[in-house]
Amino acid sequence: MQPDSLTFIFLNAFLINNFVLAMFLGICPFLGVSGKIKTAWNMGLAVIFVMLVSSMCAYGINAILVKYDLEFLRLISYIAVIASAVQLVEMTIKKFSPALFRTLGIFLPLITTNCAILGLALFQTNRSYDFLQCLAFSVGAGAGFTLALVLMAGLREKLELADVPDVSMGAALSLMLGGMLSLAFMGFAGLGG
Amino acid sequence: MSEQGPNVILRTSPHLRVSPPVHVIMRNVVWALLPVCAFSIYQFGISVLGLIVTCVASCILTEHVICRLSGRDSAVKDWSAVITGILLALCLPPGFPYWMAAVAGFVGIGVGKMFFGGLGFNVMNPALVGRAFAQASFTVPITTWVPSMVPDRFTQFIPSSITLPFLKPNSVTEWLGQVAPDGFTGATPLAVMKFDHVQSIPTMDLFVGTSAGSAGETSALLILLCGLYLVFRKMMDWRITASILLTAGGISGILYMVNPAVYPDPLFTLCTGGLMLGAVFMATDMVASPVTPLGVWIYGALIGTITVVIRFWGGLNEGVMYAILLGNAFSPLIAMITQPRIYGARKAKGAA
Repeated sequence: MQPDSLTFIFLNAFLINNFVLAMFLGICPFLGVSGKIKTAWNMGLAVIFVMLVSSMCAYGINAILVKYDLEFLRLISYIAVIASAVQLVEMTIKKFSPALFRTLGIFLPLITTNCAILGLALFQTNRSYDFLQCLAFSVGAGAGFTLALVLMAGLREKLELADVPDVSMGAALSLMLGGMLSLAFMGFAGLGG
Repeated sequence: MSEQGPNVILRTSPHLRVSPPVHVIMRNVVWALLPVCAFSIYQFGISVLGLIVTCVASCILTEHVICRLSGRDSAVKDWSAVITGILLALCLPPGFPYWMAAVAGFVGIGVGKMFFGGLGFNVMNPALVGRAFAQASFTVPITTWVPSMVPDRFTQFIPSSITLPFLKPNSVTEWLGQVAPDGFTGATPLAVMKFDHVQSIPTMDLFVGTSAGSAGETSALLILLCGLYLVFRKMMDWRITASILLTAGGISGILYMVNPAVYPDPLFTLCTGGLMLGAVFMATDMVASPVTPLGVWIYGALIGTITVVIRFWGGLNEGVMYAILLGNAFSPLIAMITQPRIYGARKAKGAA
């Protein structure tokens, strides 16, 4: 497979270099919102959406910054522009589609400043993807995040009634589950290479 | 005169049979694994005997100590730690250093099972958690293969087996020069197929099991027979095994028809590597697989597909272990979406 083909970029972000399980970005929502499959799924949708928006924003800003020779402002302008763009979109959704807002609503502001989002913007700039590649990359990363979150939520729901020893309750259990999922995802290393 | 009736106890229906308790099932799985162990010892010699003993001892000890530390009754008597130990040993290379095997057993039982509350709450197969940990930590020893049927295998250990703890494994190069003067490439049939697209060993030999590979995964025939015993005792879900083998064989069959020069024929896929051992003994782990009738077919198909995908397009030449771990991770979701309808119940309106 060509390393710059859209399919490979998507698969790479989705499975091989999964943002959560292979690159350990966005661990906070991964641990925080993975208690229930339903919330995990909604969170995943919100992440896909925010990643798509931020990827497009980052592409635009980068073009402007490069034009005026201001690359050193990249980091701060990414954060500011992505956060405000997501806020704008959130307000628009609230106004025009209350149902969608109720599904995504609480999660949207939670993730705008997450490292996975900023990571996505920086990676796509570093690898100098063109616009379509950026879209494939962001959708893949978002879908990979959703997959990791939903898998984790399934396992945690299963363990809800387990007779877990005192030492491994709470965060320890989640972290250990995350580690085991990450071990399992190592099998995808080198896929399509 | 009172009549003495015959001593008959009458009971009304329904007549239910008690299903066998956990330790009986587990003990039977151990019986079923013994022939595979015996063949493996016959094939690779005392090194494998030591490997099996080390893994089992490490698993039992870990389980016992952790039970003690967490103030529970020791769960060693349910035989499940023995199964984990044997399975772990069978999926490691024959010359794997003993101290690394002990670490893998400790991680498998400690992290994979006891951490979540012991048997019944392990979300993934403990033996495979141990092996995945070993694969990530000890990359070189776990891909170092030795030839089978070495002449003095019953009197001599493979040099790498006996390595002092926390040291680099002893080199096997010199030993290989003595036992295999014709030159042993060190590659398993799967690796040769992956990188050179050549089938190095006739399929029949792979089926009976005389090739290089992990300790207990070489003989597909023997594993199948042992699995059949468990199926007849109704102690194993044959649908999972069937589903995995059908999917893996089916996909590689289609690919073989499309391009026989690159892809191996389906029988090769089924008989090589850990596929048979995984499909019969590991994926059928009762705790970590889904229980719904449709769910087990989906679960098996998922494992079969991921195995073939990793083998043909992945960076590794064997993917059964990761496929089963991923299948285990997916199994709560599969069970959730395949809940059978309760007889007479209707789908609730507006339920999401």
